[in-house]
Amino acid sequence: MGDLVAEKHVQYILSVQKKKDSFESVVMEHLRMNGAYWGLTTLHLLGKLDTVDVHEVVSWIMSCQHDEGGFGGNVGHDPHILYTLSAVQVLALFNKLDVIDADKVTNYIVGLQNEDGSFSGDIWGEVDTRFSYIAICCLSLLHRLDRINVDKAVKYIISCQNMDGGFGCTPGGESHAGQIFCCVGALAIAGSLDLVDKDLLGWWLCERQVKSGGLNGRPEKLPDVCYSWWVLSSLIMIDRVHWISKEKLIKFILDCQDTDNGGISDRPDDAVDVFHTYFGVAGNVFLFFVFSTLFGHVISKDTQKGIFKKPSDFLLPTSCFGSCHKIDHLISLCLC
Amino acid sequence: MHGRPRKPLKEEDESVLSAKAEKLHSLQSQFLANHQNRIYTKEALDLSAKLLEINPECYTAWNYRKLAVQHNLSESNSDSDASLFDQELKVVENALKKNFKSYGAWHHRKWVLSKGHSSIDNELRLLNDFQKADARNFHAWNYRRFVTALMKISDEDELKYTEKVIGVNFSNYSAWHNRSVLLSTLFKRKAEGFSHKEKVLQEEYKYVHSAIFTDSDDQSGWFYHLWLIDQTVKNDAPLLVSSWPSHGANITLNGNNSLHGSGLSLLNSTLSDTKTLPVILCFNQAVEGVNSSTVVVKSELLKEDLVWKPLSTNNSSTAQVWVVYLNMGNMKLQLSKTYSIEINIGHSMGILSSNGYHYGAPSQITFEVCVQTAYTEPVDGQRGKLTSWKDNDFRKIDHFEESNPAVSADHHIPTTSNWCMEAIDEEITNFQDLSDCKIRKLTLARLLIALDLLSPQHDKRKNHTEEVLKLYTELMKLDPTHSLYYKDEHSLLLLQQITSSRESLIPYCHYYKDASETNTSYVCLRLQNLSLSRMGSFENLLWVQMLDLSHNELRSIEAVTIAFKKLEKGLTVNFLTGLEAMQLLSCLNLSHNKFGSFTALGPLRLLKSLKVLNISCNELGSHSIDTRRYLCSSPLAHSEVFAWDRFEILCGSYSATKFWEAFLIFESLNLTDLNIAGNAVADENFASFIVKVLPTLKLLNDEEL
Repeated sequence: MGDLVAEKHVQYILSVQKKKDSFESVVMEHLRMNGAYWGLTTLHLLGKLDTVDVHEVVSWIMSCQHDEGGFGGNVGHDPHILYTLSAVQVLALFNKLDVIDADKVTNYIVGLQNEDGSFSGDIWGEVDTRFSYIAICCLSLLHRLDRINVDKAVKYIISCQNMDGGFGCTPGGESHAGQIFCCVGALAIAGSLDLVDKDLLGWWLCERQVKSGGLNGRPEKLPDVCYSWWVLSSLIMIDRVHWISKEKLIKFILDCQDTDNGGISDRPDDAVDVFHTYFGVAGNVFLFFVFSTLFGHVISKDTQKGIFKKPSDFLLPTSCFGSCHKIDHLISLCLC
Repeated sequence: MHGRPRKPLKEEDESVLSAKAEKLHSLQSQFLANHQNRIYTKEALDLSAKLLEINPECYTAWNYRKLAVQHNLSESNSDSDASLFDQELKVVENALKKNFKSYGAWHHRKWVLSKGHSSIDNELRLLNDFQKADARNFHAWNYRRFVTALMKISDEDELKYTEKVIGVNFSNYSAWHNRSVLLSTLFKRKAEGFSHKEKVLQEEYKYVHSAIFTDSDDQSGWFYHLWLIDQTVKNDAPLLVSSWPSHGANITLNGNNSLHGSGLSLLNSTLSDTKTLPVILCFNQAVEGVNSSTVVVKSELLKEDLVWKPLSTNNSSTAQVWVVYLNMGNMKLQLSKTYSIEINIGHSMGILSSNGYHYGAPSQITFEVCVQTAYTEPVDGQRGKLTSWKDNDFRKIDHFEESNPAVSADHHIPTTSNWCMEAIDEEITNFQDLSDCKIRKLTLARLLIALDLLSPQHDKRKNHTEEVLKLYTELMKLDPTHSLYYKDEHSLLLLQQITSSRESLIPYCHYYKDASETNTSYVCLRLQNLSLSRMGSFENLLWVQMLDLSHNELRSIEAVTIAFKKLEKGLTVNFLTGLEAMQLLSCLNLSHNKFGSFTALGPLRLLKSLKVLNISCNELGSHSIDTRRYLCSSPLAHSEVFAWDRFEILCGSYSATKFWEAFLIFESLNLTDLNIAGNAVADENFASFIVKVLPTLKLLNDEEL
């Protein structure tokens, strides 16, 4: 098992940002806001956020906002709750939330809650528990969770609970690790994790670990690095992360690195992309962080120093739940 | 990229790709210009169709097409409406051929169909094509549920469809999942042929064997089988599982109002301080609506209406454990007179489970309270004295006196039907296999637990606890990746075995000898050194006032779900109760465990009687990630009110981030003796902080303050 080639990953991400004309970049143009979040979060985790021109990023984000308050995935694209969260998260990352009119963004999200408590992604009415998570997370970051009907939102999420303890997109939808992350995350922020059958869901989640050590997103599917993130965070949120083997998972993630050119892919030897680099590094940092203390150091001290620059880095993976920003803010308020 | 091999691109590939990128880029720019200028001509629409064919994920283009349909509808006559919509269906179909995981494409199709202008007859044919290509595609399955609802295809027909799919390949978790959804609906509305659950379940057991036994490594049938067991033994209605005082108990109050429960001394000083007697009701699941009309307390002692409080860590109005404090101070009790207290539960409607089921069986608890001549036990003498947990301060107990409160009450609960036992019995024969197969062993363990819980209690021959404990031990070796899962299960079962009866409890009960108070002995439940990784069976421990859990591997004291929990008369239920149920608990030893954060001690906040707490030699402060953080109701969860003002004052110059969790747990407690030594967090700063948070504290880390 090798080490995390942190420096190469930084180079890779920076190179992707420069390659605006590649086919992948063009295909993903409409979700550049998500890409910005993934890429910038990785840089933050690696302690290299200072290589980015903050002003440029912030003004680009603001040019994606629409009159109704929501953000599009790129300039000229329609507003959608998916990109609204990414925009708010990136601004929070740079501590620049004051540049937006929080009430305007809030009104956009409030307007997307339906009678049954669910959320639509935009005016065209697609309903999905992903959007429930996004709404709750985003309003939590903006300190305006009281503006939606949280009880109804929670009730809707619970109506999507399945026989295996997991959650689907809509009632009756099959459980899926990404969807479970969203639903469990939303319930965590709403303080309603007591409604989750943690032992049943925990068993389903820990059985996502296959022989190679990687985690899949559904039974009988191939393992994928990005599920190391969804499954792992879900297991942490329900306090069952000790039910999987961390050593095996770390090995799997390290095996997915492109040690020559940087970047992390979904499975060993597949092509790398920004999305998986984010999940690989976030999952890795998370894992190293949790378990290097528990089981002794599995990676070299130097590498650790490189990744664990500031203690605040560790808050970042969970900051997608919004809560950490909230508590840090509250604490700073009460200290001044 | 998902599933794309990592290899350097050849030069010709690179030039092809770059040409493609350029073309797509130009399409996207032109499209965005059209969108912005609201141009909905045929050319503009064709361009967006071309774009979506290459890049179905471009959500704005789908939005644009919806706007175009709306725009062109208003301009056209109704004859061409249908063709307008058909055109959209065609674009979606092409896009899905490119990428059938495109959320935008599937939603566009739903949007078109919900307009009601297009025929839905084609949809199943299309779906069959897609599901043949990828039988697990959850977009297609979601769309299928949408279409079948629209076409009013019955759940029974859809059930047959899942059989068809499973017939092709049993390894289709999506189909098994959908089967559980459909069956749940059919059971719920008692559809024809589905009102006798047992017959259906028997068939289902046989059916899922095909998946489990064909390839036992294949997980497709695992969760469905567990669901069937749950369906067999589960009772939806909320029920009372235990109470304190238990039915038939005699509680002796001394002249100075301290409590003595039937031969067991109660050392609980809070109760005598406040002159209150707690009554604790423990249900099988969280309920709401416990109040003076649904729970009627009859006694000549009572003058006022009682206010029942839910014991919940997140301030909700539903809880599994409810408590009321009878105020004895207001009552003029006569010496040597016995007062009877009768509690009727659920005789009038109103107690409801969170999924809307009414309380199952009205039940009654009666117990007696009497006042004896004062024997002046200086309860306050406890304070300021070290509570020792050393072995030589404990004395073994040979037997319990009759009617002591250590056994849970006998409630009026309907018995289980025979078919449940028969079904489980038959399953056991199918899974009894000596081969080293993980799912067989795990399923067998679960089935044996279910069987034990279903069997009449007097039938001791059928107790399989030892066998199941052995199975879990084997599983830890067989499947080391998940060994801590099996260990947790092992711990829960062991605790259940220990706490299940008076006889099984005796070896763990000791008299605690307070060296200076030679007259009094207290009973301590000592569960130390059992290598427990998880704590459970709280509902059997409502009577415990002194608990020693030291030298185990506990990480938290959270509520546990035990899938099948035994009730007196054989009924089994889902169970979920945490330490907060132990309202009489006064002394708790958690030293030498693996508690990694203060949030792991969350339920302690609800223990109003707790005076002595030993959490020395744990891992508090050693871990930077707190996996309990999201479960503990805290300012992180938005449901909690946090006393920021007091926290701010107490924190002073200390690092707030370091202390807020400790503040959260200890702020509402009245501890007199706390031992926190041997934890990374416990430095001098912390000690002086905790002393301020706990003004009642007399002893810290074995030293007098």
